[in-house]
Amino acid sequence: MFGLNKQDTTLLIIVAILALFAPFILNPFPEGSALAQFNAGYPDLMQRFVIFGIFAIGFNILFGLTGYLSFGHAAFLGVGSYAAIWMMKLLTMNVIPAIIISVIVAGLISFLVGWISLRRSGIYFSILTLAFAMMMYQLAYSDLFGQLFGGVLTGGETGLQPKVSDPRILDAALAEGATPKAHLFGLEMGASHKMNVGAWSFTFNAGYYIAAFAMLAAFYMSIRIFRSPFGMMLRSVKSNQHRLNYTGLNPKPYTLAAFVISGMYAGLAGGLLVAMDTQVGAERMFWTASGEVVIMTILGGAGTLIGPVLGSGLLKYMENILSKINKSVLESWFSFMPDGMSDFFIAITNLFVGKQWHITTGVIFMLVIIFVPGGLVELGKRIGARLSRKKEPNNTDGSAKPEPAE
Amino acid sequence: MGILEVKGVNKRFGGLQALGDVNLSVKENSVHAIIGPNGAGKSTLLNCLVGKLIPDTGSVMFNGQSVLGRKPYEINQMGISRVFQTPEIFGDLTVRENMMIPIFAKRDGAFRMHAIKDMMREREIVDAADHMLEEMNMADKYGMHAASMSRGDKRRLEIGMCLAQEPRLLLLDEPTAGMARADTNNTIDLLKQISDQRDITIAIIEHDMHVVFSLANRITVLAQGTPLVEDDPENIKGNPKVREAYLGETA
Repeated sequence: MFGLNKQDTTLLIIVAILALFAPFILNPFPEGSALAQFNAGYPDLMQRFVIFGIFAIGFNILFGLTGYLSFGHAAFLGVGSYAAIWMMKLLTMNVIPAIIISVIVAGLISFLVGWISLRRSGIYFSILTLAFAMMMYQLAYSDLFGQLFGGVLTGGETGLQPKVSDPRILDAALAEGATPKAHLFGLEMGASHKMNVGAWSFTFNAGYYIAAFAMLAAFYMSIRIFRSPFGMMLRSVKSNQHRLNYTGLNPKPYTLAAFVISGMYAGLAGGLLVAMDTQVGAERMFWTASGEVVIMTILGGAGTLIGPVLGSGLLKYMENILSKINKSVLESWFSFMPDGMSDFFIAITNLFVGKQWHITTGVIFMLVIIFVPGGLVELGKRIGARLSRKKEPNNTDGSAKPEPAE
Repeated sequence: MGILEVKGVNKRFGGLQALGDVNLSVKENSVHAIIGPNGAGKSTLLNCLVGKLIPDTGSVMFNGQSVLGRKPYEINQMGISRVFQTPEIFGDLTVRENMMIPIFAKRDGAFRMHAIKDMMREREIVDAADHMLEEMNMADKYGMHAASMSRGDKRRLEIGMCLAQEPRLLLLDEPTAGMARADTNNTIDLLKQISDQRDITIAIIEHDMHVVFSLANRITVLAQGTPLVEDDPENIKGNPKVREAYLGETA
């Protein structure tokens, strides 16, 4: 179906079903129960799952296929966000032009950065991309270009939001005091439908489904790229650039194309972030954000189809759910224990939750790298192989059943 | 006029004169061996032919065109394929994919954005790759990871990948180095078969005299960066200058 082989079609359908029913799947615990804080089925977090999924899918096209490790991809995400917000300020609050322009602008900038950075490979390439990203972050944070031309480009520390007074030439003027809201032909991104089934409560959010649709399209495109001659050339760049050169192929345009494509994916993610939450600040371009997408991709499985989606889901889940578990929550958990014992357990557990959630991430990341370097996908494959020993090992990427981490 | 004409090539690395006034003419459809003791400049010469090094002076003409200043992939597109001392293949890819890449390169040139069509639907490329694998006696290995094959099979695959591009000139850099006797003889047979059946010129750098005298119909002896003699194999065997270069002082 859709020009994919059977295995890939199955994978795409599974991801589509997971995305469609995410509001149910991510809300397994009844409202008000002690476990309700592990529910991830609220719009804001679901949007983040799919948007950062797009970011990681795109990053994987560069890193997973060619092996070029970019440490500056958050810059393209930020560029996409700024481009989108300017569309909302100047043209319309409809998200379509914002998203399109965010992809285009991120593509142009990544072409420029890639053109220069790809003169080197290995660690030097990584350092060059990191340097570019930090320069772009600094330019955004200080709004140097805006100051230079006596206006505003990035809004500096305060960032940018659409205001009532913005020109917005396609939209009717808003009343004084109203807030401009992002919409798709009138359907507001924030619009939600709540469904209550017994003690459970499920939220269906318009913005989430639009972002999920974009993620599915992005995922489909990445499958096509993986299976194409172009994708094979990218893998051959990673495998043996020397041989590629002596086989009459020029690696540079291939790597540059992969760099620009992954930059455009990052731009799409940036544009969608603005569509869901109409504001942008420079902090999303900081180098830690670039590092995050590297971790997502490796955690899920670099070079596999579904890996980046799983990795970003896991990381965003931990960031949002673990960080909310504070001391008082822990106290209620361990209250059944005798005093001294509960204090001990609270102290130990507290190291890994709340503001310290990064420690948990770090531990999980280390365990994955040491024991399953292929990430969650390899873990899934190993479990699958153990469960059915007869099954032949599969060579193709992404063939493992995805775990419902998303 | 040979298909490959090297004229007055000099290459100096600091104080070392690696190549001094090298002249070489490789005739079309011949098997031309370049031999010489360690440090004679054989590899430097080869690197000058494929664009990895640029000579300080002199000219290298292939098929009437200069190769100097061109990138390795451009020289390859002109019709020169190179086999390396240690087999250089795409280890992470399957054997069939390895074979498909040179065929894509031949059809589509140095770069083509070909990102939508499923590569297995490129029937003609897949068929050509399978055909070539059959010719190399590797038809049973097409799904294997190339890195997991034996050294001899990797060498076969590499030679097959070069042939798949239908080059005019095949350069081999010590193709049997580090091989067992049986593998060496297999490689000799394979190369003989290639030069008999195909419209191809082979230039080979080799240490192993058994390989050289089994294959070559023309031999150039390099010593200290300069061609000592160029002659037919029979005459080379008895040449006292060659003996001296290999054994040092005449015994």
